[in-house]
Amino acid sequence: MKMYEAIKVMLDSLDHEPIVAANGFISRELYRAKDSPRHFYMLGSMGLASSIGLGLAISTPERRILVLDGDGNTLMNLGSLATIGCLSPDNLVHIVLDNESHESTGGQPTASRVTRLDEIAKAADFKRVRKVDDPVSLRNAIEESFNSNGPSFILVKIEKYIIETPRVPLSPTDIKDRFVKNK
Amino acid sequence: MKPKQFCELLKGYGFNLFVGVPCSILKPILKLLENDPEIRYVVATREDEAIGIAVGAQLGGMKPVVFMQNSGFGLSINALCSLALPYRFPLLFLITWRGYQGLDAPEHVIMGKILTELLNDVEVKYWILEKENTRKTVSVAVRKMYEENLPVALLLKRGIIE
Repeated sequence: MKMYEAIKVMLDSLDHEPIVAANGFISRELYRAKDSPRHFYMLGSMGLASSIGLGLAISTPERRILVLDGDGNTLMNLGSLATIGCLSPDNLVHIVLDNESHESTGGQPTASRVTRLDEIAKAADFKRVRKVDDPVSLRNAIEESFNSNGPSFILVKIEKYIIETPRVPLSPTDIKDRFVKNK
Repeated sequence: MKPKQFCELLKGYGFNLFVGVPCSILKPILKLLENDPEIRYVVATREDEAIGIAVGAQLGGMKPVVFMQNSGFGLSINALCSLALPYRFPLLFLITWRGYQGLDAPEHVIMGKILTELLNDVEVKYWILEKENTRKTVSVAVRKMYEENLPVALLLKRGIIE
């Protein structure tokens, strides 16, 4: 599965849920697939998408919150998995698109080719952890996470395949302001 | 000012999420917050993570205070420069000042010396809390935070709130 295929499956499974998207190609690919004021494109602050998602989840318990993360981002802030496990928000779904590389900076390998991020999430006490590598399993994993309580972690193994995607053409304050108005 | 009064002062401005990494200077304050049913208290693993949580919570409508020791301010620089500042999140930072005037354990001396320069460099306005005029100082800082729609910092030395 390629990144844009995984993003398309995710978008098709959603019903206007807010998404916090990690920096780099993940935000860019999400923007290219579909833009929405309920997308929070994290332009910098690598590693913090899951933390922003956690803050959003605890402040809006009535909404389901998705984090669209990458392996490099997740590895940079593993402590976030511990904090999410401790606070255990019912409404947080953490999706990690894992191509085992820093694709946005030229495809340098990350530790996720060895380190089992799904096992770390289990150990951190995420209530449901799935590892998938095809569209049907991804769709099922998302639906399953929506039908149960507790933080979910979905590790999506994707191919190393990137075409140069343009930057998100929105200013940071525009991203924030329209998100707050439409959340 | 007593820790209880200080917590009530902050809560009076509507702050309802206290997220950060503890410092011994904050011990009596955090003990109160930890057991306060009126607010949410979250201990993060790192200070930049705390800023991420605060930003997300503010997107969702909460009013966060980010607490940390100044050692953790070093870890916060990227979260400030590429998230909180460019997106303009009004966040109140409560930063304890270890190494103030060089009088502290060796690992705190350098950060204690450069803290205010760092804050100036990243253009975060700060106020130093003293035993006198605490209410006034907090009021000015919070007003500035909302006026400019940007993070501001309160610096807390040992012995001020106890």
